[in-house]
Amino acid sequence: MSVIEAEGLVKVYKSRKSEVRALDGLSLRVEEGQVLGLLGPNGAGKTTTVRILATLLRPDAGRATVAGYDVVRQAQQLRSVIGLSGQYAAVDENLTGRENLWMFARLYQMPSPEAARRAGELLEQFDLVDAGDRVVKTYSGGMRRRLDLASAIIARPRLLFLDEPTTGLDPRGRLGMWEVIRQLVRDGATLLLTTQYLEEADELADGIVVIDHGRIIAQGTADELKTQVGGERIEVVLHARADIPAAIERIRPYGDGDAIVDEHTKRVTLPSTGGAQALVQVVGALNEASIAIDDIGVRRPTLDDVFLSLTGHAAADGQGPEPDDEPAMATGRAA
Amino acid sequence: MTTTPVATPHAGVGGVRQAFSDGLVIGWRNLKRIPRIPELAIFAIIQSIMFVLLFAFVFGGAIPLPGYTDPNAYREYLLPGVFGQTIAFASATTAIGMTDDMAKGIIDRFRSLPMARSAVLTGRSFADVIYNAGILIVLMISGWFVGWTVRTDVLQFAIGVGLLLLFAFAMSWIGIWLGLSVPSVEVGQQVSFVVIFPITFISNAFVPIQTMPSWLQPFAEWNPVSTLTASVRTLWGNPHPFATNNFPSQQPILVTLLWVAVILAVFVPLGVRKYRSVSR
Repeated sequence: MSVIEAEGLVKVYKSRKSEVRALDGLSLRVEEGQVLGLLGPNGAGKTTTVRILATLLRPDAGRATVAGYDVVRQAQQLRSVIGLSGQYAAVDENLTGRENLWMFARLYQMPSPEAARRAGELLEQFDLVDAGDRVVKTYSGGMRRRLDLASAIIARPRLLFLDEPTTGLDPRGRLGMWEVIRQLVRDGATLLLTTQYLEEADELADGIVVIDHGRIIAQGTADELKTQVGGERIEVVLHARADIPAAIERIRPYGDGDAIVDEHTKRVTLPSTGGAQALVQVVGALNEASIAIDDIGVRRPTLDDVFLSLTGHAAADGQGPEPDDEPAMATGRAA
Repeated sequence: MTTTPVATPHAGVGGVRQAFSDGLVIGWRNLKRIPRIPELAIFAIIQSIMFVLLFAFVFGGAIPLPGYTDPNAYREYLLPGVFGQTIAFASATTAIGMTDDMAKGIIDRFRSLPMARSAVLTGRSFADVIYNAGILIVLMISGWFVGWTVRTDVLQFAIGVGLLLLFAFAMSWIGIWLGLSVPSVEVGQQVSFVVIFPITFISNAFVPIQTMPSWLQPFAEWNPVSTLTASVRTLWGNPHPFATNNFPSQQPILVTLLWVAVILAVFVPLGVRKYRSVSR
């Protein structure tokens, strides 16, 4: 059976002036042991989905079961089999790492000695032993996220929600976090991961659901989604704008279609299935014609390209006037 | 759904025992935080001592206490007022703590855990009562230095302290509701100030009520801060010059207990409802 089964979830945020349909009939299925990446820009409905499935929010319509429990009627039973790691590191910054873990373990209803033992284990697993007895205030962003993630898996949940686990981390912190998540996946965790980083979904998830405006606009594996926008292409950045027509003329024989030109960046993109061999030929042809280049390479389509072709806008840029997944007022959070 | 979910080893403790033990864990967490943010407690204490010194030595000389000729009588009269005021202001501390927890996202974490729904609130008010008890001790010591004393016996003293803490408990529930209702810590601070300031000053905490205009006197007389302060003054044998034949002046302890009951009856359900509905 599926760990998550969601059918037609609808959530509408009403304010005095406007109504935002954060979720507009979203259906979702996650199987045991699967890592599903929920991908979308700010305001797409990712966080709302997670909050509904983690019992923090009631859907206005639709139904969902997680691990066999109904998210509305059996919320309390459900809470003991899930772990939630939020977009904002929800640990107590005035307690030490160890105290945080002990507290959350107690609230997962473990007896005190067992809670203490589990806290020690997790500090070790997440490489926080040295910092374990320091107040969380002194932690780096990456350490905080690791502690947050450790808090989420205290009770060895059947399902883990990770809501934008690396948002706001520096590249090193992000790589560290990916490593930790990969380890959880190797250990067999079932994961629902939201992210606005296409690279992250590509790295971590085996299935990807792309959502926008509270609706699913595409789903499949990363490769399937990439196939939708076509295969590899050779990208040449020319040194001089004036060379563009000559360059196109020279390299056309090595491609499988028309070249796309970006005048502004002096970039010529040529669809090609020839791989490295074609690349060598393109370099040779340009060289022979004495056309100077700044950069050249074979590029596979990224999920960014997927997103652009599906929605007509890039994943990273926001949605204009639409607020984040939910109004800041509702949770008391600064957005 | 016909599938039977896998039972977890720790689920389903449930009931009053779980509510109590979860409340203790949250209370522990809130108390643990106090020494980690010492500024909060230190400034709360400094603020109260400031009021003691300000009224004892600056305004005190200008406030005659009807029926008392001894200039030290005002200071003895003042201290129970400062205790009452401090307790009333403690609800602002509760509100700010609550709003802060929401803003930091820790409330979301708690709400995603299989813990008693009530524990976040009961743990908070339990910790705040202990916190206030600590501040009261500091205030009593500093009050003793400016001439405050207890003229009755240990039992009466203990009843007075108990009444103060009971009122602190009630006020913390107002703070909980307020803290959950405002969008940010800054707004919470402003709102509590606007609500609590008049309550503490239109009372007998610092000045005898008969010095106020007659239309204001009934409000001041029924004000819970007044009845609390009057109760404590009566219990400890401190000067208490205002005694009309009106009910709150004759039965301050009874009226204070009534206030506590009313506040709890209104704000416990409000707070619990608010907590359940946060972001729903």
